[in-house]
Amino acid sequence: MNQYLLSVYQPDGEIPEQAVLDRAMADLGRIAQEAQAAGAWVFTHGLHPADTATVVTVRGGDELITDGPYLEGKEHVGGFWVIRAEDLDGALVWARKIGAALSPLPIEIRPIAG
Amino acid sequence: MNLEDVYRAEYGRAVAVLNRALGDLDLAEEAVQEAFAAAVTAWERAGPPPSPAGWIITTARNRAIDRLRREATREARHAEAALLHARDAPPEEGAVPDDRLRLIFTCCHPALAVPAQVALTLRLLGGLTTPEIARAFLTGEATMAQRIVRAKAKIRLAGIPYRVPHEADLPARVRAVLTVVYLIFNEGYVAGSGPDLTREDLCAEAIRLGRLLVELMPDEPEALGLLALMLLTASRRPARTGPGGELVPLAEQDRSRWDAALIAEGQDLVRRCLRRGRPGPYQIQAAMAAVHSDAPAAAATDWIQVVRLYDQLMTVAPSPVVELNRAVAVAEVAGPAAGLALVDALDLADRHLFHAIRADLLRRLGRAAEAAAAYDEAIAWAGNDAERAFLARRRAGLAAE
Repeated sequence: MNQYLLSVYQPDGEIPEQAVLDRAMADLGRIAQEAQAAGAWVFTHGLHPADTATVVTVRGGDELITDGPYLEGKEHVGGFWVIRAEDLDGALVWARKIGAALSPLPIEIRPIAG
Repeated sequence: MNLEDVYRAEYGRAVAVLNRALGDLDLAEEAVQEAFAAAVTAWERAGPPPSPAGWIITTARNRAIDRLRREATREARHAEAALLHARDAPPEEGAVPDDRLRLIFTCCHPALAVPAQVALTLRLLGGLTTPEIARAFLTGEATMAQRIVRAKAKIRLAGIPYRVPHEADLPARVRAVLTVVYLIFNEGYVAGSGPDLTREDLCAEAIRLGRLLVELMPDEPEALGLLALMLLTASRRPARTGPGGELVPLAEQDRSRWDAALIAEGQDLVRRCLRRGRPGPYQIQAAMAAVHSDAPAAAATDWIQVVRLYDQLMTVAPSPVVELNRAVAVAEVAGPAAGLALVDALDLADRHLFHAIRADLLRRLGRAAEAAAAYDEAIAWAGNDAERAFLARRRAGLAAE
């Protein structure tokens, strides 16, 4: 059994209408329940906006702390799931469901090492 | 059968079988390559064995077991047990899918970029070496090697499965496989001029893969359609270039130089498709190619039938490029003015074919100045020298008319 990190990318600062948000959250709740029942669910959370991020870099004993996300850009990870699956096709099944609930947001699938 | 033929025919099968037992494409390839290296001396001494493929697979399996014993890690012992089990198990037959089918679906998984799918398919199923693939795609060897290494690593680390996809995914995944094979064919065919014969090898390799798909997926009519399309297209190759390597368009080709055996085989496959009654884009394009093959001279082409097939293609796979080609057929049935009206309605100004077709239709309508301008546009967008030379000749011919 492999584990996969499914990251949801969303545009910074764009908050959908409440009705759209409510429907998406309800859909995601159902998907999480379904994943739990299937033994595929490991962990999931949404994140606060990327401008609340802090980056620390340690170099030769000195640390540099910067305000904001490490990667510049207009889209950042807004939430993530950790899923157990037999293989990539198994992970794709869950990524597709999440992607449909959050359409048109892209879902990135990364295999977790080990 | 000499060793080279056995290699071409059986490399993919041997890698596929070994990969199932080992779960590692690199190990599988190494074992199979070692087995072929061993065959060079063993077969020279004793002659080829009764079942060359069986000999290669057994030898590769034993080499892999030896190697795993030497390494003797926990994973290695696990793989060794799987190999020993596989050696004693009866060969798969009947409903159990051929390992090569699993391997094709792994190589053409949509999680791999298309150039990686193409390279892996040629490498693992075709047995082409990395330098051969690099030459065929006019890419540096280092770039191609990196592409293949990266793709194999992704298969392993991301867990791209080694099996026939689930029912729900199957149609899209079969389309991806057919696309890869057709890409290989076109890469060899479209640029297939000049002294570089490696590119013709790509056509031959695509046809070989097409035959394999038909064998492995006998219930998939689009696989039949793709093979028929490739055979019928390839049948024209001897007539497609002139003595100086210049392109000869379909209407002007010496049809006595078409390959009659390929045409007969292609047309037979088209008839088999028709009997299935489940048309798809490849089958329809193959049927069009068959209509052209039927005509002893360009003037005898059944254009009404070609237009009908384009109408059908527009319903299953509509695209502006299909509309453009349909306009050419309409021009043959209803005259160049009717064709031009259809072409002018299309938004394809960045395609050389759009301008080349417009130029030809304008020429036939006697609008020479506009035709010349359209040829200039076509030349500016054309992708290779043979096409540019052809268009320039056409443009020069305008003055004479």
